[in-house]
Amino acid sequence: MKGLRLLAVDLHVHTVASACAEVEMIPPLIVRRARELGLSLIGVTDHHSVENARALQHAAHPFGIEVLPGMEVQTREEVHVLCFFDDLELAKSWQDMIWTHLPEAQNPEPHFGPQYVVDAEGEYLRTNTRLLQTSTKLHFEQVLHLTDQWGGLALPAHVDRPRYSLFATLGMVPEGVDLLGAEISIHITEEEARARFPGLRNLGLVQSGDAHRLEEMINTTRLRVPELTLQELRRALRREDGREVLLVSP
Amino acid sequence: MTVREVVEALSLRVVAGQSGLEQQITGGYASDLLSCVMAGAKTGNLWVTMQGHPNVVAVASLLDLAAVVVTEGSPIEPISLQRAEEKGIPLLTTEQGTFCTVAKLAQVGIHETR
Repeated sequence: MKGLRLLAVDLHVHTVASACAEVEMIPPLIVRRARELGLSLIGVTDHHSVENARALQHAAHPFGIEVLPGMEVQTREEVHVLCFFDDLELAKSWQDMIWTHLPEAQNPEPHFGPQYVVDAEGEYLRTNTRLLQTSTKLHFEQVLHLTDQWGGLALPAHVDRPRYSLFATLGMVPEGVDLLGAEISIHITEEEARARFPGLRNLGLVQSGDAHRLEEMINTTRLRVPELTLQELRRALRREDGREVLLVSP
Repeated sequence: MTVREVVEALSLRVVAGQSGLEQQITGGYASDLLSCVMAGAKTGNLWVTMQGHPNVVAVASLLDLAAVVVTEGSPIEPISLQRAEEKGIPLLTTEQGTFCTVAKLAQVGIHETR
């Protein structure tokens, strides 16, 4: 087995495929910022889109930065859940499935912002005109169950935030739900989060920037893993065989 | 006023928790954020929401609420119905929206308790 390394990650980064992201969130600039922060892995998690994941992978690859394809899913109850997949093709099929659970509506671009698909250089390819930034028809448990079925990893996003979070919207971890981990925002420390939300108990916690602008990307989450795969992220969340997730001060 | 009286006054449908219909209502509370309900609703309140998640029943039970009105014909998960039945918490539904429902509740004398 390869030796364990301590690697900085930000698992919640938006690109210009998210209507609410700034136009600076294009692959080369995200990668430049990731290099400044010393990140070894970026989770790309647009709202119901994986359309820029490949471009970001291509932009990051020359610098040895891994990009984990993911998506920020909004459940029927308005809880945001990060869903990660090892494989881009799988993530794309996931996107197709998720889109069948979204209303057929146009993105109100003047109000929400445009959803751009770009290449690795950040050049414009096309605009997704479908409304993506809204709730799916799937409830929270369904999203967790489906992600699991698809071989992915689901983490409730920014659980400490007053909107679109597990605790704000649903009040508590639902009975019978077995979470592997959860994401906290930069607005709270690990200690504060565990004290404030008993539901987190001994769950593995990651802290992410939920970056809609470059400056919001962060490097406070460190994974002690032999390699950067989804399976190793799972093992780190479970603290198996010396693997762990450490949250450090910004 | 009892839950049963409110059901009759607003023509609500009782989809679970018949056994709790005689409970007295102390006041009303409306929100779709369960964290706000946990912080703001009072014992014996009638809770008006669009959420049909099983945590609605958990929160209603935790706070000893009189009943829950789920508005706009919003879907209620089967497990919510089952748990509401077990706990005797009436789940009431209406096709009308939250705004209209709360307005009617105010007309029959149910107000927010502070």
